[in-house]
This record gives sequence, C-alpha cells and structure tokens, in this order.
Amino acid sequence: MSDKQNNSIAFVATSVIPESPPPAGDTGAYKWVRDNLFSSIPNSILTLAALALLYSLLSNTLPWILNGVWTTSSLAECREVLNGKSGACFSVLSERWNQLLYGFKYPTDQYWRPNLALVLLLIALAPVLFFDLPRKLLAFTVIYPFLAFWLIWGGTIMVPIVALIGFAVAAVVFQKLGKGSFAAGFFGAIVAALVIWKVGGMLIPEGASESAMLSSVPSRDLGGFMLNMMLGVTCVSLSVPLGIALALGRQSSMPLIKWICVVFIEFVRGVPLITLLFVASVMLSYFFPPDATVDLFLRVVIMITLFSAAYIAEVIRGGLAALPKGQYEAADSLGLDYPQAMRLIILPQALKISIPGIVNVAVGLFKDTTLVSVISMFDMVGMIRGPILASTEWNGVYWELLGFAAALFFVVCYGISQYSQWLERRLATGHR
Amino acid sequence: MSTLTDPPQEQFRLSMLVNDTRYRSLTFQAIAALVLALAIWYLGNNLIQNLRAAGLNISYNFLGDRAGYDINQHLIDYDSQSSHASAAVVGILNTLLVAFLACITATVFGVVAGVLRLSNNWLVSKLMAVYVEIFRNIPVLIWIIIIFTIMTAVMPGPREFRGDDPSASMVLDLFAFTNRGVYTPMPMFESGLFASAALNWLLVLVFLIGSFFVMRMVNANATQKQEATGIRPNTLFINLAVWIVPFALLMLVMGLTWEVPELKGFNFKGGIKIGGPLIALWFALSIYTGAFIAENVRAGIQAISKGQTEAAAALGMRPGRIMNLVVLPQALRVIIPPLISNFLNITKNSSLAIAVGYADITATLGGVTLNQTGRAIECVLLLMLFYLTVSLLISMVMNVYNASVKLKER
Repeated sequence: MSDKQNNSIAFVATSVIPESPPPAGDTGAYKWVRDNLFSSIPNSILTLAALALLYSLLSNTLPWILNGVWTTSSLAECREVLNGKSGACFSVLSERWNQLLYGFKYPTDQYWRPNLALVLLLIALAPVLFFDLPRKLLAFTVIYPFLAFWLIWGGTIMVPIVALIGFAVAAVVFQKLGKGSFAAGFFGAIVAALVIWKVGGMLIPEGASESAMLSSVPSRDLGGFMLNMMLGVTCVSLSVPLGIALALGRQSSMPLIKWICVVFIEFVRGVPLITLLFVASVMLSYFFPPDATVDLFLRVVIMITLFSAAYIAEVIRGGLAALPKGQYEAADSLGLDYPQAMRLIILPQALKISIPGIVNVAVGLFKDTTLVSVISMFDMVGMIRGPILASTEWNGVYWELLGFAAALFFVVCYGISQYSQWLERRLATGHR
Repeated sequence: MSTLTDPPQEQFRLSMLVNDTRYRSLTFQAIAALVLALAIWYLGNNLIQNLRAAGLNISYNFLGDRAGYDINQHLIDYDSQSSHASAAVVGILNTLLVAFLACITATVFGVVAGVLRLSNNWLVSKLMAVYVEIFRNIPVLIWIIIIFTIMTAVMPGPREFRGDDPSASMVLDLFAFTNRGVYTPMPMFESGLFASAALNWLLVLVFLIGSFFVMRMVNANATQKQEATGIRPNTLFINLAVWIVPFALLMLVMGLTWEVPELKGFNFKGGIKIGGPLIALWFALSIYTGAFIAENVRAGIQAISKGQTEAAAALGMRPGRIMNLVVLPQALRVIIPPLISNFLNITKNSSLAIAVGYADITATLGGVTLNQTGRAIECVLLLMLFYLTVSLLISMVMNVYNASVKLKER
C-alpha cells in the first residue's frame, strides 16, 4: 500500500510555498469598514441612518457655530452683523462672562478672590485625588476650607482663625483622651471646640469686619457658576463623613441608633431635592431660635448635605456589606475594639469599594446644584433664566447661553467620572 | 430543668455602664435617645415660639378654601372656584401622568440605546456612547429648559398655519406642532353604547383585558398539549384573532371616528392638546433617564458570562432562543432593580416641572397654594408625604420583584 503510493506520486514539493499576502478584500481599511460598518444588511442600514443623522446634525450646527459673532453688545447688533446668515451670537457670553461665572452682585474689583480660591482648591484637592503626591500637602488641604471661606466672604480673618483653632484644639484633645477611650476623646473634643469657639467669638471685636483687609461680601451676592462650584464642593466634602456615620449607624446592633439612621436615610431618599430646598427656603427658619438669622446659603448647604449624605450612606453600606465576614471576625479576634476595627480594617476596604459610587453621587449632586435656581438663588441656570434672558439686550439668545451652561457642566462632570474610572483601575488590587 | 449552675452574679458597678460591652450599648442608646429628645424639644420649642411671633398656627383647614387660580392641564374637572385640595389632586394626577409617560419612553430609549451600544457596528455603538455620556453629564434641569425652549421659541405659532401659503403645515394633516403645544387627533365614538365617553373607554378596556385572559388560556392549553405530545401547536394566528376580532367588532359597533384638530380663529380646536410644558418635561426626563437605563441594560447584558451563551449553543439552541431562554432571564435579574430605581428618580425629578410651569403637585401645592395661603410648613409636609408614599410603594414593588427572581439555591 505505502510503497505503491510512493511510486504513484509524480511530484513532491521540495520547498515550502512562500506566504502570500491576504486577499485585497481582507486587509486594511476595506476590511475594517466591511467588518464594522457593513457586515450585514441591517448593519448597513443602521450605518447609513447614523451617517444621515450625523450629517443633519453637523450641517445645522457647524455653520451656526463657525459664523458666531463674539464682539457685539446686544442681540439687535449681532443680528445686523450676521445679516440674515445663520450664526450664533456668542457675544452674549463675552459680554456677560462675569455674570455667568460670579453672579451679578459680587464686587467687580474682587473677582481675583474666587479665582484664587479656585486655584487653591485644585492644589488642596490634588493630594486627596492623587495618592502619589507627598502626604505633607494634606496640611494645606486641612487649612484650605478656612482660607477659602476668608477669600470668598472676606471680612475679618479672625473668624476662620478662631474656627481653625477650635478644630485644632479638638484634634489635640482627641489625641490625648482618645487613647484611653474613643468616647471620652470624641466628647472631650466636641466640648473643647465649643469652648474655644465661644471664647474666641467674644474676643473678636465688634465691627472688625468693616476694617478688614478683604471687604466683606454677603452670601446673597454670590452667584453664577461660582455658586454651583461652592455648593458642590462644600456639600460633597461635608456629606462624606456624615454618610460614613449614617452607614455605620445603620449597621449598628443598637436598635435605637439603627432605627434613627434607617428612618433618616429612607425619608431623605424618598423625597425629591426640590422639596428639601423648599424646606431650606421657607420652612427651616422656623426651626432656628427666633433671634437668629441664618442666611439662605447656609440653609441650602445644610439641606443638600443631608440629602447627599443619605445617598452616600447607602453607597457605603453597599461597600460594608461587600466585605467578607471574615474581616470583621479577624478584627474581633485581634482584640481590636469597635473604633479601631473600623478605622484600621473595615473602613479602608469598604471605602475603596465604595469610591465609584461616591463619585457618582458627587456628580449627581453637582448637577443637582442647578436646582437652587428654583428657590430664586442666582446660580448659573438662575442667572441665565433670570437677569440675562430678561435683559433688553439679550432677550431671546437661548441656545448660546444654554449650550454654554451645558458644555461647562459636561466638562466638569465628565472629567470627574473619568477620574473615577481611572481610580477604579488604579485601586483594583484584586480584593475578593 | 437546667442542671447548669448560673455563673456567680457579678456585682453591678456604675463603671460597667461604660466598660462592660453588655451594658455599654444601653448607655449609648440612652445618650442617643436623650440627644434626640433634646433636639426635638429644641426645634419644636423654636417652632412654637416662631409661629407665635408670626401669629400663625398649624392647620390644614386651608385645603377646603377656594383655590382661586387656574390650571391649564387638568385630568379631572377643575376651575378656579375649586378648593386647594382639588388643586392638589390635579397636581398629583399630573405628576403621576408625566412620571408614567416618561417611565415608558425612558425604558424604550434606554433599551434601544443600551442594545445598540453593544452592537458590532462601530459607528452606531460610538454614537450611542456619545448619547449616553452627553445626557448623563448635563443636569436634567438644563435639558428640561432646552426642550421647553424648543417647544416655545422654535415651534411655529398657530397663525403661521393660516393663509394660502402658510409657513408651517400640519404633519400628515393630522398632527399640529405649535408653540402652544402639540395637537393630535382624538378618537371619538359616534354611537357609543354608553352616554359618557369615559364609560365607553372603560368598555374598551374591559374587552382588552378579556382578550388578555383568553390569550393566556390559549397559551396554557398549548403548553399542556406540548407537555403531553412534545409538539407545541401554533398559537400565533389564534392569539392575533383573539386580540383583533373583538376589538375591531367593538370599534365598528361604537362607530370609531377621529376628531382631527383644525385651525379655527386664533388657535387649533378639537383633538387632544398636549401642552408644551408637559412635552418638555416628558421628553427631557425620558432622554436623560434613558441614558442611565442604557448603561444598566448594557451592564446587565455584559454581566452574563459568555459560558452561558456557549453552553446554550452546545445544547443546540438557536440564537433567538438563547437570547429568550438563557441570556435575558439572567440579564433581567441584573437590569430590573436599577431600572426601578430609575423610575423612582423619574418620579422625583418630575418635581422640576415647576421650572417650566407644568402643574404637577410641586407647582400647585408647593407653588401657588403655598404662596397664596402662606402655609409653608403644612404644604411642604404634605408634599413630602406624597413623594414619600410613592417612593415607598415603588420600593415595595422592587422588593417583591427581587424576592421573586432571587436565585433559588438548594
């Protein structure tokens, strides 16, 4: 059999056939287009429909944007310049730039203060956001809230300094007493801070604000995108610790504390933010002492903080629940007490799991700060809907203004969510 | 009974309240109760003092008073002579209406975008990614305002439909898109079996529900036969007939006609008018929440491991059945809980109606009624109570659903 076959083969190739290039239809751009755009008939129809949609979108908006006018001082002038052509009146942005960013009452010669506060904010946030930076920078982060308060509101520097000293003394007291018992340290710190603030408040002389280095700016003069940023940053940073406390409280084995937290969280998550803002604007002042006047900004900060704290608490609860039970038991078997176990073992892991969720809440919260325009605060949307569109010069310039606001929010929110995804990849160390 | 002897009783000392874990939690709870009681007392005391100083009291009697304001979109009879309570009911119905409509369209947008984002068509999946990112990252309030502006500033006024050479025309001669709202044809019964239109529609609903149950019977019958013989009888045509024949007969008997909106005088008359604010709110909530739902749908489908699809294919199933019987039932378990919480978000975000003047509960009870009567505390409390009830109902539905689809582990 085999020798017959040997004999019957007339030709045996002595060398390997050289590799030939793939057929022209299977390489390069042609193959890519065929695989990704026209792989089947329904796919081709989808592609063509998408192209038509893109074309109709771009052919309408591109000339409008490219023909934009940047230098006129009213809509009528802008229309004259455009002379019937399709084009945007971006001059509303250049003319009302300051109003969009700072509101219409912030003193014009003081714009450097919020600008400086923003730059310093980026510096203060850097060590929080990027772990590679030297930890010593965190010292500035601690000082920043007081510095920013002084920069934006102005007035006497004594107020933020007294507040800072109060916190510093509280921290020292906690260090000293907290070694023995967490509770003693905690309550001791609160008492110490209250004493410092009370004494410090009496030390600040009357009328110190008038003669201060930075002129004092009342809260109602804040506005524009600055207001959105301030509300967003303040409320997120205040609500994270509160959210952690609520989440731990909800997991607590003490029924009373657990139920207080459950009722609070479920109540806040069940009502829309607008109703809480209504509470801030019309109802909250009934609950303060009759002689106290708490300004609207502070009331809104309180309500938004409570609102986002409930959502952050749920996110962190998810993180706590995701930890294997062995972690809790390991902490117990090492003899750590509850605060130590939480601080050293549970929370670092739970918070790591919760970071994407917390960032999502933060983005949502930042978007929700536009809602304050409903209770007549002049944030960016409030400025657009109120003073700018109502003015005689710019009555009817909708798309430029709304588009600008949308673009600004998009840049910030998209940036934050990209950061969160980067962080998630960075922290993925393969925990179970 | 017990033969064990109790451990020697330790003498209770005061320091054990702090140091002994058996008593410490009691101490903490006592402190918490004390703090809570003090806080409530402090806030309540402030409230009483402030109310006394302002000469106010807490009373819900204002709900029976005449409202004195008009609401342009109302599902039940309402005029300015009606009471504040009926204004609130109008608001509640309007909230539920826009939330219901937006939930349906948001689901449609979300599912389409989520599935298309997984499409192997590069252009389409990129377009959908852009849609999701753009709509998720811009506040919904801005979207509502943008669409409201389109509705009021871009749409033609009714007068532009007039004349021999009008600058605007009705779509298909049936729909009119104007800056006052969208007018669509309205179905009417010429020879209805009942005098009132509502009863006639109720009859239609009864017929549809009847068809639904007949269809279920037909399907159950088919399943029985399949289990007995292994061959499933074709039920498609029977089911179609069950739906169409009674419905068509009913329509014929009742004389269905369409009332098409017409331009009369300064405005369109006839047909159904859907106001601009409703459309702005409905559409904005749909596309905004649709972007979130798209992400949930994508995550849900991607969460099903490839092994499931391959195992089903190895059993010899066709792609359609793999999707229906293997992938979707598992994906839905991942998709539905966030979907329902998105419905909850739609309901809560519908309170933004106040920004465009849609008369939902926030705009009637929390807006005009609050400002007219000055009953801030009562109005805000009622408002919260309503939203809280809706939220709790929706989360109850979610819990029931979660329990029913939970993996039954044996």
